Amino acid sequence: MGTPIIIQLKGVEKTLGGQPVLRGVDLAIPKGAITTIIGPSGEGKSVLLKHIIGLMRPDRGQVLIDGVNIAQIHGRELNQIRKKFSMLFQSAALFDSMDVFDNVAFPLREKRLVSDSDIQRYVPEMLERVGLGKMGHKFPAELSGGMKKRAGLARALVMGPEIILFDEPTTGLDPLMAHAIHDLILAMHKTFGFTGIMVSHEIPRIFPISDWVAMLKNGKILAMERSEEFQRLSDPLVREFISVPNAMATT
Amino acid sequence: MNVIQGIGARVVAQIEEMGAMLLFLLRSFGWLFQPPFRLFQIIKQMHFVGFKSTFVVVLTALFTGMVLALQGYYSLRKFGSEGLLGSAVALSMIRELGPVLASLMVTARAGSAMTAEIGIMRITEQIDALETMAINSLHYLITPKMVASLISVPLLVALFDVVGIGGGYLVGVNLLGVSGGSYWSSIESAVEWRDVYGGILKSISFGIIISWVCCYKGYFTKMSAEGLGKATTESVVLASVLILVWDYFLTSVLL
Repeated sequence: MGTPIIIQLKGVEKTLGGQPVLRGVDLAIPKGAITTIIGPSGEGKSVLLKHIIGLMRPDRGQVLIDGVNIAQIHGRELNQIRKKFSMLFQSAALFDSMDVFDNVAFPLREKRLVSDSDIQRYVPEMLERVGLGKMGHKFPAELSGGMKKRAGLARALVMGPEIILFDEPTTGLDPLMAHAIHDLILAMHKTFGFTGIMVSHEIPRIFPISDWVAMLKNGKILAMERSEEFQRLSDPLVREFISVPNAMATT
Repeated sequence: MNVIQGIGARVVAQIEEMGAMLLFLLRSFGWLFQPPFRLFQIIKQMHFVGFKSTFVVVLTALFTGMVLALQGYYSLRKFGSEGLLGSAVALSMIRELGPVLASLMVTARAGSAMTAEIGIMRITEQIDALETMAINSLHYLITPKMVASLISVPLLVALFDVVGIGGGYLVGVNLLGVSGGSYWSSIESAVEWRDVYGGILKSISFGIIISWVCCYKGYFTKMSAEGLGKATTESVVLASVLILVWDYFLTSVLL
């Protein structure tokens, strides 16, 4: 591929509740790009994402982050690796006991990396970037789905992570809002240059914002190609999955 | 064979859960000695577990003391020893009813809320969010709750004892005509330090049981609204039963 690899999964297997979900996933994520993992619902895309950040551990196989197998490490070592990461959750996972400002400031305050006056300056700036300029005092319960995602994205960006994981960032949003969130992710990627890994089934919308696309099917990676080439793949399973929404979008 | 397998599987599952609970307790307490110490979180939790439980504790204590005096008076009168009413009320309050009833009230009020709060955080991925920020969720969420209830429950129990004895005075002296002097002097002569000490020891261990069980059940909630409801019920039932069982064993050791 030419580009350096930042995350590599080797033969990752996971069984949940007696059901095999991942059956030997091999995946290499290029650095600095946006890679989108697509696949039918219930195929374990979110499970795969949770393995990458160590929220779940594989039954078998390796998850290498910059060459370190996080399936084998715990506690402090794992937290060291996690400092490279942020994650935007499907539900945004904002802390509902805090307002938006405190949510975004939370990682900075917890890690005590910056002074309070810097937080007062930096957090509104970040909220402005994601389009929540005047929303700092609102509580998550008062926000719409799209605004929650924006706030979640601000919180994910605030520590300046190398890698951001997006778990279905547009699920539950109307098409306009989904489009806006995709644009926002793309804009932030241009600004901050993180490695993005996105799980989504928003076809065809994900193609223009992704550099790479991988498809998870039957617990394995069926194909991984550059976004343009992926759309031309002739594999019947891929075609079936990506052509239905395409056809629907054109009609 | 299937029946035996079924029994075996259940026994193994129970033992596994007990082990998981114990590890949860040890880990949460282990984090107590690691910085940052999150004093603000502890105070916030003490406000919730302690201060906000005072009303219900005072109310139950008052009526417990009153009914104890009522019952005690009629029993003691049979032997013509109404003068001992104070000591009867005070000893049962301090040794038994204070720690047990106050803890049960805290379980119902604060324990169930703990389970629900942590359970919702689990279901809405807020606990996962903490972990992805390289913040240990036990350290951030559970340890402050355990410390808070470890401090608050003994204080609430002390309050319960005092109000209960006052309630006993109200009924015994003002209503039933026992002499006020003998009520207090019988308390003074009968209650020893080891009675008080036993009560404190009980209340500390009940404080641990409440936060331990209720936090554990919330932390490992099944990912559904039904699961959360079940976890809340289970935590209140299990904590209450454990308090009563542990109370028996502790009493038998302390006597």
